[in-house]
Amino acid sequence: MLDPNFNPVIRVRGLQNRFGTQVVHDGLDMEVRQQEIFGVVGGSGAGKSVLLRSILGLRRPNGGTVELYGRDVESLAASDRSSLVQSYGVTFQNGALISSLTVAQNVQLPLREHYSLSESTLDELAEMNLLMVGLTPDAGAKFPAQLSGGMIKRAALARALALEPKLLFLDEPTAGLDPISATAFDELLLYLHSQLRLTVVMITHDLDTLFQTCSRVGVIIDGRMISDTLPDMLKNTNPWIQEYFHGPRARAAEMEAAGGKSHG
Amino acid sequence: MSATLTYPLALEPQGDGWRLILSGDWSLAAMPGVEAQLRSLPATLHGNLVCDWTQAKTPGISPVWALLRRLAQAAPPLDVSHIGNPPHFLELLQKLHVDRHAAYSIQAADPTLERLVGKLGRWSVLQGVHARGVLVFLGRIATVIGQAFSRRRAWRLSSLVRHIYETGITAIPIVALIAFLISVIVAYLGAQQLSRFGADIFVVDLVTIATLREMGVLLTAVIVAGRSGSAFAAEIGVMQLNEETDALRAMGMNPVELLVVPRVLALLIALPLLTIIADAMGLAGGGLLSLINLHIPLPQFTARLRESLSSTTFWAGLVKAPVFAILIAMVGTYRGMQVRDSARELGRLTTVAVVQSIFMVILADALFAVLFVQIKF
Repeated sequence: MLDPNFNPVIRVRGLQNRFGTQVVHDGLDMEVRQQEIFGVVGGSGAGKSVLLRSILGLRRPNGGTVELYGRDVESLAASDRSSLVQSYGVTFQNGALISSLTVAQNVQLPLREHYSLSESTLDELAEMNLLMVGLTPDAGAKFPAQLSGGMIKRAALARALALEPKLLFLDEPTAGLDPISATAFDELLLYLHSQLRLTVVMITHDLDTLFQTCSRVGVIIDGRMISDTLPDMLKNTNPWIQEYFHGPRARAAEMEAAGGKSHG
Repeated sequence: MSATLTYPLALEPQGDGWRLILSGDWSLAAMPGVEAQLRSLPATLHGNLVCDWTQAKTPGISPVWALLRRLAQAAPPLDVSHIGNPPHFLELLQKLHVDRHAAYSIQAADPTLERLVGKLGRWSVLQGVHARGVLVFLGRIATVIGQAFSRRRAWRLSSLVRHIYETGITAIPIVALIAFLISVIVAYLGAQQLSRFGADIFVVDLVTIATLREMGVLLTAVIVAGRSGSAFAAEIGVMQLNEETDALRAMGMNPVELLVVPRVLALLIALPLLTIIADAMGLAGGGLLSLINLHIPLPQFTARLRESLSSTTFWAGLVKAPVFAILIAMVGTYRGMQVRDSARELGRLTTVAVVQSIFMVILADALFAVLFVQIKF
C-alpha cells in the first residue's frame, strides 16, 4: 500500500526528456512536500506539460526517476499502479471533460469504474463534488458544451476530486478565465486546500494565481528546475527569473498580493 | 433499546437522545458497506444525536457526506452534534449542505403533463425553425449564384476545381468498380432465369436498360453521398467548431459563397460525369459476362444493344444526376453549417447528412420513375 503521509510526496531525480534532437529536460530535479501548493512556471516550450505527463506516467521519460509517495512510478506492479492513480486527481488544460457525458456523469465516471455503488449514492456524491467546487446541482444535468469556461474548469476539478485524492495536479487552471472567475478559482483552491489538506502541483502562467496561492515555486530553465519559496525566488539573480517576476505584469500582481495580505 | 447495529455504525440511547458510534474503516473504499448500514438506520430517530468519531479510521468525504445526508432526512429534524475528533472536513460538508438547500429551494416543481406539453411545443417550434432554416439556406445559395453573374470573383474557380477533383476524379475507381460488378451480378442472375426460356439474348436488354435508366445513376449517387456528403458535412462542421466560418464573416466574406456554393457546383458537374463512367462500365460488365457465360460475341452484343435502346434510355438516367447532385451537396453542406459546440454534434450531423442524402436520392428517384411513366419518357 501507498503511505499517503510520506514526505516528500513527489521526488523527481535527474529527469531526462528528449524529442529527437531537441532536449526538453536535462537532469531536472523536483521535490513537492506534504500539503504545499507548488507552482511550476517556465517559458512556452520549457517542458511544463511534459514534466506533468512524465510524473503522471503518461510519458516514459528518457532518463531519471519519478517517485510518488516514495515509490518509483515506473517499477510499480499493475495493482499498485491502480491504487497510485486513484491517489491523485488531475485537471487538464481545457478541462478534458468527456463531451458525450453530462457533467454529473463525468464526475461519477471514476467512482463507477473503481467502486460498485448504487445509483442514488452516485447521484449524491456527484452532487457533493459539484457543490464543493461551487457549481449548483442543476449544472450536473448539462453537457460540457453548454458550460462556460469557468464552469468547465470547476467541473474538471470536481471530477479530479471525486476519488478523494490527497494530491492534485492542475494544468493551467485559470488560463482563459476572466480576472473575476480566476480570482474566484484561486479562492476556491485555497479553501479546498485548507479543508481537504491537499497537496497541489499547479502549472500556471497566471502571476496573480501564483502570488495568491503558491507556497513554493519551481522554475524550469534550460531543462533544469530551480525551486524556492516565493519570497526567496524573487531575490534570485537569474536573468530569466528576474525578467519573469519583475516585469510589468509581475509587479502589478505582486503589489496586489502584498496589499491583500496586509489588509487580511 | 440496546445497540441494533454493528460495524461501522452502532446506535445507543443516551440521555433523552441517541449516541451513534462510528467505528472501523470509513474511507471511500468502505462506501458500499456504509451505504448498506445507513439504509438500515431506523427511520424514527428523533431528538438529540451525538456522533462519536473516536473509533472511526481514515474517514473519507464521500461516506461522511452520505451519513450527513441520511441524518438530515429525519423528520422531525435531529439535533446532530459531533464528538471525539470528528473529520477535519466536517465544516466544509456542513457548508455544502447549506449550499445544497439553497440551490434546491429556488427550483420549482415541474408537473409531468406540463412537461409533456412543453416538450411537444418545443418540438413543433423546432421543426418550424428547421424548415425556415432550410429555406433561408436555399435562398442564400440562390443569392450567391445570382450575384455571381454580375461579380466574376464570386465564382471561386480554384475552389471549384479542387472540389471537382475531390468529389469527381478521386471517386472514379470506386464508382467504376461497383458499377461493373453490380452489372455483372444482374446479368448473371438474369441469364439464369432467361436461359430457361431460351431467351438468353434478352440479358442484353436487361443489362442495358437497368444500367442506363436506373442503376448507373443511383449507385453513383449513393457512393457519392457516402464519400462526399459526409466529407462536406465534416469539413464545414470542423470549420464551424474552430470558429473559422465566424472569422470569414468577420472579415467580410460570405461562408456560403466560399464554402457551400463551390461544393454544390462541383458536385453538379462531377456527378453527371461519374454517371456516364458508371453507365459505360455497367455496359462493359454486361458485355463481358454475356461473352464468357452466354457466349454472345461482342458484335452481336452491340447490335442487340442498339436495338434495345430507345432514344431516351440514356437521357432518362442522366437527367436525374444533377438533381441528385444538388440534393447530396445541399444536405451535406447544410448539416455541416448546423454543427455547434461539440465534437459529438459533428459526428451526429455527419451521420445525419449521409443517411438523409441517401434517403432523399431514393425518394427523388421514385418520383422520377412515376413521372417518366406518366410522360412516357
